[in-house]
Amino acid sequence: MSLADSVLAGDRRAVARAITLVENGTPEGLALLRAIYARTGRAHVIGVTGPPGVGKSTLVDAVATAVRRDGQTVGVIAVDPTSPFSGGAFLGDRVRMQRGVVDPGVFIRSLATRGRLGGLSAAARDVIHVLDASGRDVILVETVGAGQAEVEVMELAHTTVVVLAPGLGDEIQAIKAGILEIGDVFVVNKADREGADRAVAELRFMIDMGRWREGAPGPWLRPDEVKAGHEPGAVSTGVRAGGTGAAAGGGGAPGDGTGAGPAGWTPPVIKTVARDGEGVGELVEAFRAHRWHLARTGGLEARRQRDAEAEVREVLLARLVAAIAGDERIQRLHGDLVRRVAARELDPHSAAEALLEAVRTERS
Amino acid sequence: MDRPIRVLVAKPGLDRHDRGAKVLARAYRDAGFEVIYTGLDRSPEEIAEMAIQEDVDVVALSILSGAHDVLVPKVIRLCREAGADDVLFLAGGIIPDEDRPRLTEAGVAGVFGPGSDLDEIIRFTRENVRRKVPR
Repeated sequence: MSLADSVLAGDRRAVARAITLVENGTPEGLALLRAIYARTGRAHVIGVTGPPGVGKSTLVDAVATAVRRDGQTVGVIAVDPTSPFSGGAFLGDRVRMQRGVVDPGVFIRSLATRGRLGGLSAAARDVIHVLDASGRDVILVETVGAGQAEVEVMELAHTTVVVLAPGLGDEIQAIKAGILEIGDVFVVNKADREGADRAVAELRFMIDMGRWREGAPGPWLRPDEVKAGHEPGAVSTGVRAGGTGAAAGGGGAPGDGTGAGPAGWTPPVIKTVARDGEGVGELVEAFRAHRWHLARTGGLEARRQRDAEAEVREVLLARLVAAIAGDERIQRLHGDLVRRVAARELDPHSAAEALLEAVRTERS
Repeated sequence: MDRPIRVLVAKPGLDRHDRGAKVLARAYRDAGFEVIYTGLDRSPEEIAEMAIQEDVDVVALSILSGAHDVLVPKVIRLCREAGADDVLFLAGGIIPDEDRPRLTEAGVAGVFGPGSDLDEIIRFTRENVRRKVPR
């Protein structure tokens, strides 16, 4: 049986080998991707991101357990940073993933970023394809501890969950751009700690504010209030909506026709204590609801298009860089241009232009 | 760029002394290896499964409980049964000299006791990785 066939049959050893091959960008890895690609696109890919220390790994472990309990299989990709100095990495997410290690329905792979910024490994997409082709129903992708800019995960996940914990910096953080904009689902983990309700309220307020700016009535107004011509500006009542706690959906629940926002989905804010599995069932429900919502509104197809576009762009970029690195003449030109940029004889944009021109003439 | 060597640093059994394992993991990282750390209290079955899924080149077992005689051969046997027959096995911790031959026989390539030179462990690992590293 070929490696591709073994992967498609779900053989663990083959899947592990295949991931190594695609991660290293080997010719065998590329051939494998060609062979399996038509069989991908079936899994529900869930991106899990959030600042360091909020409990992402513990939450992923708990979600995997809950998904298994429902009879579905799980793949986990856990990304940790590569040291910029040694090129080595300490991949420690398994320390918090204690359950399901010997369950054949769970496959966990740790990846190092290998120099990639944005919170993921450059190989993450290809590793998703391998796990997807091997028949995993749900694939959880845990990013490195993300600050505000590591938003890349949203470009490969169907559902992006942003995990926070009480006391992280509160209001000011909550209105900043970045990871707080990319959540389809928000989690306040460690919800047994002081300040959890406040964190939930702040997230709710932030989400509602976004909806209001997009022209939605705002969940804190009932439909009759909107009809009565109330201005959705009363912030104090908005906090009331947030303060009701952890229920999924907020106002404007998916499917009721009143939801605004680009796709009519209001990101739920869910409280969990991942260590004890508390709130995790509700979280898994929210993932399913989101997936269902995407399927129903055409969002799934739209994301598929978007992902394909991003993926082709990424591979193209990598190939272009490799082409420059692989051609001696262009490589020399590159070194020369870099020196001139460093000496301030040339600006970086002109240098890139010259390189592009060189690649173009090389090809023709 | 060459692919980094992947190492599973494992704590089998019930001893909770993981300083050695952590110091080693750090040394590997600083030497450019990708280190997957298992955490404490892992069964041989769990360690073998992790070695398979992570497709590591090296499994370094750290044991201070005295149970190495049982745990180490079991991990190696399970790994081989699952198809990981090209992995380099190392053992460290409190391992009496008279136990070494038996571990070697079970498939351990190197035994490193307390006070071992970290650079020596890293050199040994680099030179003895058995799998042809794909580029």
